[in-house]
Amino acid sequence: MFNNLKILHHQGKQFIPDVTKAEAAGIFRGRPVISKASVNTETLTELCPTSAITTNPVSIDLGRCTFCGECAIQFPEKIRFTKDYKLSSNTRNQLIIEEGIEQPITLDADKIRKEIRRLFHHSLKLRQISAGGDNSCEWELNAVGNVNFDIGRFGIEFVASPRHADGIVITGPITQSMAKPLELCYKAVPDPKIIILAGVDAISGGIFEESHALDRSFLVQYPIDLYVPGNPVHPLTFINGIIQLIGLES
Amino acid sequence: MHAIVIKNYQRIPFSAIPALPYELFVPVILEELMIDDSCHCVNYVGFPHNDKVQLICCIANDKQHTIYVTSTIVTLNATLPSLTAHKLAFHIFERELNEQFGIQYTDHPWLKPVRYSFNRSDLNKTIANYPFYSIESEELHEVGVGPIHAGIIEPGHFRFICNGEQILHLEIQLGYQHRGIESLFVEKKKILQRATLAENIAGDTVIGHASTFARVWESLCETAVSPALQLERTLALEHERIAIHTGDLSAMCTDLAYQLGSSVFGRLRTPIINYFQEWTGNRFAKGLIRPNKTNFTFTKELATRWHEVISKFEPDFIEMYDMLSDLPSALARMEKTGIVNKETAQTIGMVGMAARASGLTRDIRMSHPEGWTTISHQPVIKRHGDVFSRVQIRKEEALQSIQYIRQIIELLPDADKGITEEKDALPDSFVIGLTEGWRGEICHCAITDKTGNLQCYKIKDPSLHNWLALGLAVRNNEISDFPICNKSFDLSYCGNDL
Ligand code: SF4
Repeated sequence: MFNNLKILHHQGKQFIPDVTKAEAAGIFRGRPVISKASVNTETLTELCPTSAITTNPVSIDLGRCTFCGECAIQFPEKIRFTKDYKLSSNTRNQLIIEEGIEQPITLDADKIRKEIRRLFHHSLKLRQISAGGDNSCEWELNAVGNVNFDIGRFGIEFVASPRHADGIVITGPITQSMAKPLELCYKAVPDPKIIILAGVDAISGGIFEESHALDRSFLVQYPIDLYVPGNPVHPLTFINGIIQLIGLES
Repeated sequence: MHAIVIKNYQRIPFSAIPALPYELFVPVILEELMIDDSCHCVNYVGFPHNDKVQLICCIANDKQHTIYVTSTIVTLNATLPSLTAHKLAFHIFERELNEQFGIQYTDHPWLKPVRYSFNRSDLNKTIANYPFYSIESEELHEVGVGPIHAGIIEPGHFRFICNGEQILHLEIQLGYQHRGIESLFVEKKKILQRATLAENIAGDTVIGHASTFARVWESLCETAVSPALQLERTLALEHERIAIHTGDLSAMCTDLAYQLGSSVFGRLRTPIINYFQEWTGNRFAKGLIRPNKTNFTFTKELATRWHEVISKFEPDFIEMYDMLSDLPSALARMEKTGIVNKETAQTIGMVGMAARASGLTRDIRMSHPEGWTTISHQPVIKRHGDVFSRVQIRKEEALQSIQYIRQIIELLPDADKGITEEKDALPDSFVIGLTEGWRGEICHCAITDKTGNLQCYKIKDPSLHNWLALGLAVRNNEISDFPICNKSFDLSYCGNDL
């Protein structure tokens, strides 16, 4: 008993009191800011491993960006990554950051399906499906429930069965062999239900986009409620995305 | 000459690899190259050659610190006697050769597909129509789990045959994670794309796979990297080991229903991976390892910060571990559970931390450290091969890695960004690279053609050797102990499926 108390005492206070205002450690690469400086755009677009950069105007698609940081290292006068971890959106377009834009990424409240906030505002149970995920997003989604991030405080929880869930969180580029299990799992979730794509691989296929081993047809058939960029997604990005979706952020 | 003898990460002309007739190839491997227990097959790959296939076999000799490479050329869909019939450890490689090239082995016990790759030779064999092994009996029952598991983990299917609570047989079905990585390595032409691919082979082994790729690529281009860069990579590799071992101890406690251990080890992992974020901008260090250079030099300030982080981590880590290893209820679950004995480990060719928990002295940091580190490494070895041995190994290796990083920081020359100028890969080359990741032996092989284009890139995660060990470990255990057995190995699905 005494030893248990000693261990507890040694942990100190670990939980992050306000996950909407916490500061990400170190040199986290979050929302990029692109200046109007003129650079050789051909070299710039050419260097990106996932073709996330386009020109006229220069923009970065966070749904394709692996956050490798290479563009900011080679063109520091043009691209800078801020520590803003609030990267999620419910529209794919919002993930495209154009030059000269410094505004935070937000959700389009009008496009959030009405039943989401009405039904899931205080309680949201999610079933995670790894469909070719490399296990880094999976580690981070586990971390959102730990004593530091504690997503449980918002009534949000990962559950074991799709029948207990209100929606699914997909990681990975969706391999051929996972296409069917993914669909079966989604169908087993009772209506109304939501779909969240977590990580660059799920959103666009990422570095695997052109692979012959994928089958992403599921994403064409069903509506996506939230895109959470990252490689892997940071727990703070994930938590903030979801609480914005269900209308908990003040 | 029946084989060429090379060192880890040494480049040789591809044409220097002998090509023996298959009738000679088999006895050469079994009798000349696999001379004793210090030798094991680190990779056995098929390289397509017009309408034929060249089978290249790489045997590591741990005593001599060398790798023997030999080959043979056979036709597609050839019918051949197997190596597996003589040495079971070859089973997984020959299964893959069967899957890829349709090679039929007359005396292989079990030609089950390895990963149902999109370009497999027989597209009629699908993951959905695979006939699982079954036993007809009124007393036995089957339990199927997956591909989607109850927790947040990667997909795979486990089919148990049980007698009441007791597991008689477990069949593991993988392949759900196959993303076609080896083909993408050849198709994508930019170095940054390939480095990104390497980082995403297995997201829990970012440094392990990315640094193996970087070193293989540097050898292909014959660029010498600075000692500072090499040491920084070693440092990152050991830091990754600490992070995952700590996270896995947390997961082990979760599966034991030991809440305190689960929370404390979970929270102890946080400062370790946050340190990666301070250094590299990413909690898994994606972005750190690049061939010939680094974008995130390890500075004096980072060294000071590391000491700060670890001086808080270490006492809490030890305190929590001591508590766990003193807890009768936890020990009762872990001791004598999920045993793989040394003989079995040797027979099936286990590697890495799980092999060391079973008493095998197999560790690339000691046996093939070429160009890697100047620290002389003594592997942590346990004898019982049970869940508790694998837990003990994790704690001792994490503490050992802390010591190594302390030494590396002392040795580190002034910060160095490496050379930034890119060179092309040399033509007609073969390189094999071995790295001891936290899970075990990572092996990458690269082949270039006459113009220096990458022709073939073969990746082997340590999991490839060890999945069978999990299947054997759970036999005669209660099915309720499966989660702790599984977690004690913590094998990679995506590393296996690629
Ligand atoms: S940080 Fe993103 S946009 Fe920039 S090069 Fe890397 S992947 Fe491309």
